[in-house]
Amino acid sequence: MGYRLPCGVRFPTTLTPFSSPEADAALLPLQEDSLGALTVYVIPETSPLLPQGVGVYVGKHRSAVMRCPQGPGDVLAAVSARVQQIVQAMSFTTDSITAALSDRVPMDQLGTDTRRPFKSSLGYEITFSLLNPDPKSHDVHWDIEAAVSGYVQPFLDKLGSVANFSVDSQILYYAVLGVSPRFDKASSSFILSALSLPHVINPVEARLGSSATSLYPVLNFLLYVPERIHSPLYIQDKDGAAVGTNAFHSPRWGGIMVYNVDHPAPDKALLPLRVDVDMVRVMEVFLAQLRLLFGISQVPLPEEFLLESPGNKGLTDWELDRLLWTRTVENIATVSTTLTSLAQLLDKIGNIVIKDDVASEVYHAVASAQTAMLELASGHLGSAFQASKEAVISSERAFFDPSLLHLLYFPDDQKFPARDSLSV
Amino acid sequence: PHWVSGPEAEVQRMAWAVAAVLGLLLLLGSPGGCGGSPGPPRDSLREELLLSPLPSGDIAATFQFRARWDSELHREGVSHYRLFPKALGQLISKYLVRELHLSLTQGFWRTRTWGQPYLQAPAGAELWVWFQDSVTDVDKAWKELSNILSGIFCASLNFIDSTNTVTPTASFKPLGLANVTDHHLLRYAVLPREIVCTENLTPWKKLLPCSSKAGLAVLLKAERLFHTSYHSQAVHIRPICRDASCLSVSWELRQTLTVVFDTFSIGQGKRDWSLFKMFSRTVTEACPLASESKIYVDISSKTQENELLEVTPPPLSVHEASVQGDRRTYAVYDLLSPLLFNVSRSLNVQLKWKRPQDSLDLSTPVLHAQRYVSGYGLQTGEISTLIYNTHPYRAFPVILLETVPWYLRLYVHTLVITTKGKENKPSYIHYQPAQDRRRPHLLEMLIQLPANSVTKITIQFERALLKWTEYTPDPNHGFYVSPSVLSALVPSVLAMKAEDAEKSPLFTSLFPSADGSSYFVRLYTEPLLVNLPTPDFSMPYNVICLTCTVVAVCYGSFYNLLTRTFHVEEPSRGGLAKRLANIIRKVRGVPPL
Repeated sequence: MGYRLPCGVRFPTTLTPFSSPEADAALLPLQEDSLGALTVYVIPETSPLLPQGVGVYVGKHRSAVMRCPQGPGDVLAAVSARVQQIVQAMSFTTDSITAALSDRVPMDQLGTDTRRPFKSSLGYEITFSLLNPDPKSHDVHWDIEAAVSGYVQPFLDKLGSVANFSVDSQILYYAVLGVSPRFDKASSSFILSALSLPHVINPVEARLGSSATSLYPVLNFLLYVPERIHSPLYIQDKDGAAVGTNAFHSPRWGGIMVYNVDHPAPDKALLPLRVDVDMVRVMEVFLAQLRLLFGISQVPLPEEFLLESPGNKGLTDWELDRLLWTRTVENIATVSTTLTSLAQLLDKIGNIVIKDDVASEVYHAVASAQTAMLELASGHLGSAFQASKEAVISSERAFFDPSLLHLLYFPDDQKFPARDSLSV
Repeated sequence: PHWVSGPEAEVQRMAWAVAAVLGLLLLLGSPGGCGGSPGPPRDSLREELLLSPLPSGDIAATFQFRARWDSELHREGVSHYRLFPKALGQLISKYLVRELHLSLTQGFWRTRTWGQPYLQAPAGAELWVWFQDSVTDVDKAWKELSNILSGIFCASLNFIDSTNTVTPTASFKPLGLANVTDHHLLRYAVLPREIVCTENLTPWKKLLPCSSKAGLAVLLKAERLFHTSYHSQAVHIRPICRDASCLSVSWELRQTLTVVFDTFSIGQGKRDWSLFKMFSRTVTEACPLASESKIYVDISSKTQENELLEVTPPPLSVHEASVQGDRRTYAVYDLLSPLLFNVSRSLNVQLKWKRPQDSLDLSTPVLHAQRYVSGYGLQTGEISTLIYNTHPYRAFPVILLETVPWYLRLYVHTLVITTKGKENKPSYIHYQPAQDRRRPHLLEMLIQLPANSVTKITIQFERALLKWTEYTPDPNHGFYVSPSVLSALVPSVLAMKAEDAEKSPLFTSLFPSADGSSYFVRLYTEPLLVNLPTPDFSMPYNVICLTCTVVAVCYGSFYNLLTRTFHVEEPSRGGLAKRLANIIRKVRGVPPL
């Protein structure tokens, strides 16, 4: 990763001043746009390009614009410190890399945030499920196809270089949560407290089913429409306040959102009530949860930083780069663990036969891992990630090859009686 | 157990950020905003229960759940499911399946005493699949499909491999829409040894949209369903015409479950039946997702002789249909009509016989068959199949499919088909000999059955000796030979008019009817149990014991001979106690110590 400083870029003063996003878009062709690189533009202190009070503008591609900090002392040192801040925010830090390795190395000081994102895998299945436990009262319809193609698919397309994604959805009827909610007189609504949330998922999961046709990990997003007798239903957090989005997520599993339906007065009610789910509200929450589950979390930015919104895709280029850095490191760690386990296994059990194709996979995995490390050292993120992916594929293929088990269950002590009786 | 982390505040912040973007999109009229876009494919669910009292006094209950999905699975790459279960939909899309039929059966349908079945299944597990013609490697797809199905249904279908899979050429034509019928796209396999139990019923029930919480599926309780003489559950997936013009294709999933309750074990000898007696449950409501939910009770014997059979509560309507060449009357209970539950909250259909039943004549079915093994010893044997055509004046052809495992070596030159004492030559024979450990025998014949006759088909075989690792853990139980399949278009006495498939009850639209003068029947014979010459598996143990004993005895005695030394021992005079004891012994007259 490198940063270049074309200091003192001048803009023509005769034109109307650019706004920051337009400047960002205009500067885009100037950059090399290489994966993993960051470009920081330093503009004079008095430039009107950035609004008042904003010291740094972080764009949605791989660039940032910062004001030259004024003040006495070494200007270059001040600029360098600010640039360091920007790099910490936009690219990886030591903490984020160690967090990626948290599965391999026991570390207690890292928080629960490190266990939230899914482990690096070659593909993911995303399933949206609508749970309707009371089809007699609610006739729920959701336009999930349009919602997925409009909101989720652009995000997944942006992440296409990281892994393969497949999205599907289903509607499950008579699927109840494992916990019966408490009635709260004060708000005359039903409450699911934070303590009971872990017990909600297990009974539902039996009905969700995993994909029959692929081995990729599954992210489940459930939309629960509570029964008529349990409406409205709110989720309470640890402090007792109702959660604004009425949703929660479980690390490395997915998210659940409760969608309350307005019921008209009982005498006017005609069962079942037709409910058309407001997909915008639902997709907001699910997309936010999806970002969290992939580990694309917001780094707390210092003041004076202005962040440009990622737009349709939901993900900025530098966030994608950050994800790729951590994924590459995680992949290399996985490869080394797998191959080490295989070697230890061979030491312990002498019976396993390694065929030639398995051996070539092992060699290929080692070579790819070494390539990945070299590329990482020189800062070529794209080729490093590809090499690490190939290394993972080869090492998994070598480790899980079925031919390793052929002669495994023929232990030595069973061979002796037969051999003895034959020799005599 | 899952743990839940709670950076809800962060989610909220994220959500507001995303909301701004999404709101913008909505304003700009992003794709699929509101209205305009075509709705998702429509799907519908119909459920039905048919109760038919059998001539022998038992009662058969057939459940059918049919989900129809108006979508072209293969072309659109659809992956959004509502009533059609996701697991099966994904399977169809990935393996390019055109038709799939899987059945798990326990027991045997006794055609002679019970009459012609609507849909019979062979004992054990049966799977036959038609693939699309765009599949490149059918065998690989077949293997992966059977493995995945064994996971979905908790059945050991992974034992299906090339030694029990065949490619029939004439039987098992597609039951749904088909434009290409290259028989290389068909695979058929039977596992006669497979047992059906609750573990297979539970995933089957999970595929139903209403699960077992509402509608007719409430009656499906495992402890009653397996206490029966015959239990068969099946899944049928096929493409059908969406409407009369047949311009587009819909997918149909039928889940059927047939059970036959035994008079003596359940009814305690009395032949009065009720839903509660059979299933220990009654029906309280229809499935809210079903567009049709009906119970049919066969009351044909009521109209033949008045007041023989009484059904309570009185049915709201009566349906007449000609099924399998017979005019039958059915009492209909429509669970979706509000009148049905006016009197009581739950529906318990009861059948009472007014008169003793031995006055009822048992009409023999037109076509039935029987198969057995004869011969003596463990070297040769003969398989005989008897096919009965009891139609008084019509002759019709029947296709017989036999699959015999490779270890029973058939001799085709000994194949003899006789009818009424004369030889009957089949008009079509397809024979594929077996390859040891790779392929079973396949014999398909088209035989003309004269009216009112018995046809006997015999073929001799020789039993092979297997390698010692190929025997099952209980080899003296025997080895199963899968049932043979008879497919025929049986001419019917009555002319049947072709009814619209959507309006007629489900049990009449199982098989596509070509014309009104005959109906399609597929029968299965009994599976055979054949003993193969089995070696004595305790021999290795015996050899080891004997060898080790001989070695030990020889070596031991030899070692003794070589190393034993003799030395003389002085007899000691003994102490005081000994001398005293000797004196007493002399007095008694006993020899001294």
